[in-house]
Amino acid sequence: MSTNDKQLAPARRRFMTQAGALTFSGVAVAMLGGRSTALAAGTTDEAIEQDVRILNTAIAAEHEAVAAYQLGAESGLLEPGVLKVAVTFQGHHKEHIDALAKAVRSLGGTDVHARNEYNFPVDKLKGQSDVLQFAAGLERGAVSAYAGAIPLFGNRDLSAAAASILADEAMHWAVLRNALGLDPVPGAFFS
Amino acid sequence: MLMTRHPAAAAILVAIVPLVLSLSVAATPPVDLAAGEASYAKCMGCHSPEYNRTGPLHCGLLGRESGAVQFFDYSEAMRGAGLIWNAETLDRFLAAPLEMVPGTSMGFAGIADDEERRNLIAWLATLNSSSDECREVLSPRTGSP
Ligand code: HEC
Repeated sequence: MSTNDKQLAPARRRFMTQAGALTFSGVAVAMLGGRSTALAAGTTDEAIEQDVRILNTAIAAEHEAVAAYQLGAESGLLEPGVLKVAVTFQGHHKEHIDALAKAVRSLGGTDVHARNEYNFPVDKLKGQSDVLQFAAGLERGAVSAYAGAIPLFGNRDLSAAAASILADEAMHWAVLRNALGLDPVPGAFFS
Repeated sequence: MLMTRHPAAAAILVAIVPLVLSLSVAATPPVDLAAGEASYAKCMGCHSPEYNRTGPLHCGLLGRESGAVQFFDYSEAMRGAGLIWNAETLDRFLAAPLEMVPGTSMGFAGIADDEERRNLIAWLATLNSSSDECREVLSPRTGSP
């Protein structure tokens, strides 16, 4: 890195963070505007109800992910550095829930809440790699779940929002695979 | 050539050739269980064989009525669907869940590839009481379906 590059780096970093934040709030705004877009497009009540059902199924899966990371974080099996990453990922899932729940409410629906308990293979989590593998499986599943939901939304703003969440979960999956010593990106297509 | 000149033989050939052709069309390749299991990764965001998660558990699926897993909160649509899950109904459902059961909460577009569905359904069929994963779930003692 040249001196020039070094001087540029902080500014570039700041720019990148701001660009990232802008992208997210852009999506959040689109989701919040769900109702008006839907109505403007003449979307039927039935289509809106279907969107709400799809969103709520996604929210249910996100709640499960939050609970799973909580289990991992409290397991005492994670090294400090890994724990930090797990807590960050859990935070992303919480943000997904907030955004999706807002979308449900803006469509006149009621968002589903977390269950009191989840069935996790607790007896199989004996070390850090078991926890990482468990989390990686959930993230991989989430990628498929969003890939399967995106074509179904009546309101395309919701498809865009789901795609932005899918991208985040795919990154989680790759990082977790990398931490497990696996090929982080084992292919060109995932559905 | 000699045979076909005989009217009776020709008639037999006319009758047999389409039969043989249709048999060879019907003779689909053997199912690939490993491919079916790999395909199940697409379901694991919401399902597992032995636990209710966002979707209901799949142990014992083949032969079960739709909407019948204990302690799972189905949509009204699925509760009223009145299906028996077998190779034929699963094939239609997994191709386009929302078309077969409008109002279902399974927000998943489906699997377009015929062969992928066939392999997946064959693998789902192995989730019976003789599989390691499902033995306990399906044992009458635990009271689960
Ligand atoms: C986005 C989450 C999600 C994904 C992904 C998903 N499902 Fe489902 N599935 C559900 C939900 C939720 C239900 C309950 C539907 C209802 O009550 O309307 C369900 C119901 C079902 C049923 C009916 C079961 C019964 O007891 O009547 C079958 C069969 C099924 N899913 C198979 C699959 C298969 C196979 C896959 C993978 C190709 C899959 N699902 C992917 C969420 C999902």
